[in-house]
Amino acid sequence: METAEPISIAEPKLALSPWQLFWQRLKRRKIAMAGGVILIFLYLVSLFAGFISPYNYDHLNTNFSFHRPLWPKLSGIRVIMPRSESVTGNFIYQEVPNDTEPLHFFIRGDKYKLFGFIPASIHLFGTGDDNYPVYLFGSDQFGRDIFSRLLYGSQISLSIGLIGIFLSFAFGLIIGGISGYFSGATDTVIMRFCELIMSIPALYLIISLRATFPPDMSSAQIYAMIIIILSFIGWAGMARVIRGMTLSLREQQFVLAARALGQSHLKIICRHILPNTFSYVIVAATLSVPYYILGEVVLSFLGVGIQEPQASWGNMLSAAEDVQYLQNYPWLLAPSAAIFITVLAFNFLGDGLRDAADTKSL
Amino acid sequence: MNLLEIKNLKMDFGKNAEALRAIDDVSFTIGTGETVCLVGESGCGKTVTALSIARLVPTPPANYVGGEILLNGRDTLKMSARELQQIRGGVVSYVFQDPGASLNPVFRIGNQIKESLKLHKPEKANDAEVIRLLKLVGIPAPESRIKNYPFEMSGGMQQRVMIAMALASEPKLLVADEPTTALDVTIQAQILDLLSELKQRLGMAILLITHNLGIVGDMADRVAVMYAGQIVELAPAKELLRRPLHPYTKALMNSVPKLRGDADRLSAIPGNVPRIGNFPPGCRFAPRCPIAKPECSEKIPELLEVEPGRFVRCPFWKTS
Repeated sequence: METAEPISIAEPKLALSPWQLFWQRLKRRKIAMAGGVILIFLYLVSLFAGFISPYNYDHLNTNFSFHRPLWPKLSGIRVIMPRSESVTGNFIYQEVPNDTEPLHFFIRGDKYKLFGFIPASIHLFGTGDDNYPVYLFGSDQFGRDIFSRLLYGSQISLSIGLIGIFLSFAFGLIIGGISGYFSGATDTVIMRFCELIMSIPALYLIISLRATFPPDMSSAQIYAMIIIILSFIGWAGMARVIRGMTLSLREQQFVLAARALGQSHLKIICRHILPNTFSYVIVAATLSVPYYILGEVVLSFLGVGIQEPQASWGNMLSAAEDVQYLQNYPWLLAPSAAIFITVLAFNFLGDGLRDAADTKSL
Repeated sequence: MNLLEIKNLKMDFGKNAEALRAIDDVSFTIGTGETVCLVGESGCGKTVTALSIARLVPTPPANYVGGEILLNGRDTLKMSARELQQIRGGVVSYVFQDPGASLNPVFRIGNQIKESLKLHKPEKANDAEVIRLLKLVGIPAPESRIKNYPFEMSGGMQQRVMIAMALASEPKLLVADEPTTALDVTIQAQILDLLSELKQRLGMAILLITHNLGIVGDMADRVAVMYAGQIVELAPAKELLRRPLHPYTKALMNSVPKLRGDADRLSAIPGNVPRIGNFPPGCRFAPRCPIAKPECSEKIPELLEVEPGRFVRCPFWKTS
């Protein structure tokens, strides 16, 4: 077969793809970009938590319970850690003059597994001597380093947000897509079920779902359980919105065109309808990650989530629930600052993404 | 054997008491390599008839109550979902009215054409074949165009992409549902030329839906005129244009605006197309018909073969 006569000459320059346009608009939003940079930093730190933290999350040092934050000092060209001693036995520590230990970088210490599978024992910094501890954010009642536990806790708290969003949005997209595409009885059944889930207050649902799992579980099982519980609650809202968008999208002519090509229902949903909802989904996902992080915090705070000695931001905060502790050892609240920063960063980024996805904005 | 044979097709929207008859006793055939035009006002059932060929009208609300649609001798109304998927795009392909809406806005056009190939010619689903198809439909610089998104193309180019997708599987029948209505006049002519050229080169039949009688003369071998869910006249295109027999066809041709001549007012058909479910008894055109007689509103007239190959649903076709 030959070619038909070309009609006009194509312009050689390629226009920007929708994603490139999206990125350009996002770049102009400084606060959103700042949120994104903070999040990248937090996730990187949590990825390398074992290396950056001077101790393991369960490294006990009972001589130094409730130690106030203790930062290394500069002495000439060396960085040194002063030694402290409890004078009264009342968790009030005083520096011992002229008794210091140099702070070493890339020092051998507690064994950990980088990325969960590479065995390692090199830490970014430390003194290598438990008598000269490095407590950047202070220590808790067992003398465990709060900074280290914060980093280990971020591995759980931050990843629960992402995995939870991924699971619940995957379910929400597929179920919402099916519901909206087929409509009729399928739609009615699925939507009434979604409303059932959404009508129960989330906290009660979380706690009653927790009761369906056995009380004694390994930390990995608990981790999976928290994700399952939070996703089980989260997918319904997503499914409802996606169903609404699908109802309008399935009337579009390109869906009819796909059917006229002989495409199957499932592929039409997955390849033609759902990709058209992605600009909304990405924004919604970013804005809902904080709820998953807070959900883990709530579960762990109530003692039904991540169990000691494993660290998560939630169960670290539950150590701070005593008013007396809070008055005397305010550094126990460090995890709440971490939560605050993370949630704020996600919201800033989400707001920026929403504005960037809105083609009517500048 | 005809490629497509629609026999006494009857279709309702809704069921039982609420049923509204959208297609009433429609019969026509399309031979291999033939172009048939389906003409009529908006809402007369053209599109629904065309979509029914590959059973693309969702059931419910649609409900086929009678008739057969024989495609290659097999009734599509009795096919399983799997068989229908093979037929759709494989034997009969569609090109729709608004090309901008028929392409998925979030995918590059190359991938959309490839999707059509994957479904019906998986062994040929590669860039080279996509480029060949784009060349076939006259898109310049197809190598760079496959990376384009639909919104980067003009309406005419988009329609060419749609035609390329429809042709990917080398169908026997191309159903073009007002393929040029959304395009301006010069592009219309280009697309229609392209369709007739491709038809000759690939030997496929075309069912062209239009309400533009000007297109009919250029394209069609035969014409079916529909009114209110029924075929009122079926004839070879040249004869129909030279000598329309049904009063509706005559009125339709009279209402085409003429550039020359001294007529200072457009002649329109008085009244409106009756709404579906609100059809008058007897001949559905009777309330608007200039030659209507009292008996017209008593009984639906039969589609009579008045001359070989010419069918008219009006017993008074000889009265002018």
